[in-house]
Amino acid sequence: MTIVIGFEGSANKIGIGIIRDGDVLSNPRRTYITPPGFMPSDTARHHRAVILTVLKEALEQAGLKPADIDCVAYTKGPGMGAPLVTVALVARTVAQLWGKPLLGVNHCIGHIEMGRLITKANNPTVLYVSGGNTQVIAYSERRYRIFGETIDIAVGNCLDRFARVIKISNDPSPGYNIEQMAKKGTQYVELPYTVKGMDVSFSGILSYIEEVSHKMLSSGQCAAEDLCFSLQETVFSMLVEITERAMAHCGSQEVLIVGGVGCNLRLQEMMGVMCKERGAKLFATDERFCIDNGAMIAQAGWEMFRSGQVTELEDSWITQRYRTDEVEVTWRD
Amino acid sequence: MAQEDSMAVPEFLSKAELLKQGAEARVYRAHFLGKPTIVKERFPKRYRHPALDEKLTHRRTVQEVRSVLRCRKAGIPAPVVYFVDYTSHCIFMEEIIGSSTVRDHIMSARQSDSCKELELERLAERMGHILAKMHDEDVIHGDLTTSNMLLRCSLENGESDLVLIDFGLSYISALPEDKGVDLYVLEKAFLSTHPNTEALFEKLLKSYTAASKKSSAVIKKLDEVRLRGRKRSMVG
Repeated sequence: MTIVIGFEGSANKIGIGIIRDGDVLSNPRRTYITPPGFMPSDTARHHRAVILTVLKEALEQAGLKPADIDCVAYTKGPGMGAPLVTVALVARTVAQLWGKPLLGVNHCIGHIEMGRLITKANNPTVLYVSGGNTQVIAYSERRYRIFGETIDIAVGNCLDRFARVIKISNDPSPGYNIEQMAKKGTQYVELPYTVKGMDVSFSGILSYIEEVSHKMLSSGQCAAEDLCFSLQETVFSMLVEITERAMAHCGSQEVLIVGGVGCNLRLQEMMGVMCKERGAKLFATDERFCIDNGAMIAQAGWEMFRSGQVTELEDSWITQRYRTDEVEVTWRD
Repeated sequence: MAQEDSMAVPEFLSKAELLKQGAEARVYRAHFLGKPTIVKERFPKRYRHPALDEKLTHRRTVQEVRSVLRCRKAGIPAPVVYFVDYTSHCIFMEEIIGSSTVRDHIMSARQSDSCKELELERLAERMGHILAKMHDEDVIHGDLTTSNMLLRCSLENGESDLVLIDFGLSYISALPEDKGVDLYVLEKAFLSTHPNTEALFEKLLKSYTAASKKSSAVIKKLDEVRLRGRKRSMVG
């Protein structure tokens, strides 16, 4: 029996989760919401203020004491510097206090391993989409290899910044509110579509929509709901396209969507249609696991720990940039 | 009348041999006007909004044909286009007989003994050369991979012809940024399909630099795009 506690706080969500051999015992989380967007030092301050409370919750909800924990996992990166440091500091401290080994986990791999655990997908093509990342990943020879990605900004970043342009609320998240508004959209507005090989680009569509939305909304040519709808249809089509290309390239019959944008039901629906036409299976999780959370770090940590990995104190730094393919996946063949 | 016309191509295809179904198109082999022909049919993608799907499919068909013609006019080997049906989004083009992809060629050469290294270097140099010519024509391929380049055996002198295909994502641009990204796409596809061939790809780039009149700006952009992946803020 192996019990791992995971600490996650690379962006505006601070979560601590506990996993015991594939069971999520607890997974509390807090989200820092502030218009127009979140700044590193304020986010770190938010995390510092709540982290010990969340830690208590995690242990209490799991019905465990520190002595029961086998390993302390934390997000090594990628992400925002100040929040990462805040969380790593607490993880290092409790690891030493409790006398438990530490494990620095790659945030993206946390998402992938949680997705695999929850959905039981065998060897899927992974679409990882969030505010900070957009990658198409497939496992091969001990690495999670990046087959396609954004060459500029992440899709979630594009959506969040558009939300700011049309001034919609950040509560519970800008992406969620865009999704709700898009459901009421009726008119399709043509927007730039940019796929380059297996990669995508979103800065063009963002600058275009930032420029024209003002004009279109004030002239009454279309409603904000129509722009939300059109933006989703366009960027999601781009994501489905590069996922399909990777699947064709790898001969894969499974798709797993992870990351905050993966909560979006329209994206899941479109991916489902593509999968159905290819005879492939779609796997997705809900907002408990799509959105950054502590349990995903615990799960990746559980895999790493069981395959013999440990992070020494002097190596327990954090890094803002950490490519998914930098990690040796010692727990898979 | 229009109804009858629009049935002609699908009816023709129902009797043709389906070679493969990719993510975007079905490829058939048939005889057209007495010549061995490849028919590339872009079929509707149901996950897309219909207006977006029609726009995209039409645009890609048009761009493919336009780029292939532009290349051929400049003396860059690409298939001859015989006929295009814009209703069914089908392109009827020359079948490159007796050809294999550069991908298969590199793979088999690497699987055999090491004497093939010089041959592969020569191939990389030719690839760099042909891409330089294409970019000097301001044609951006958009989907460069070793599967999108064919080696056609020429009977006359035994040396094979390098032919570019699959111009579906192509467009016309003079911007070094676009050419740099084009090479970046190839680099990624090249290195992921053929692991540990960094030196070979360097030969390709060297040949490109020598053959293209506008290469320095393009290579500079390529270096910038390469760094972007590593410098990007990865928050969230």
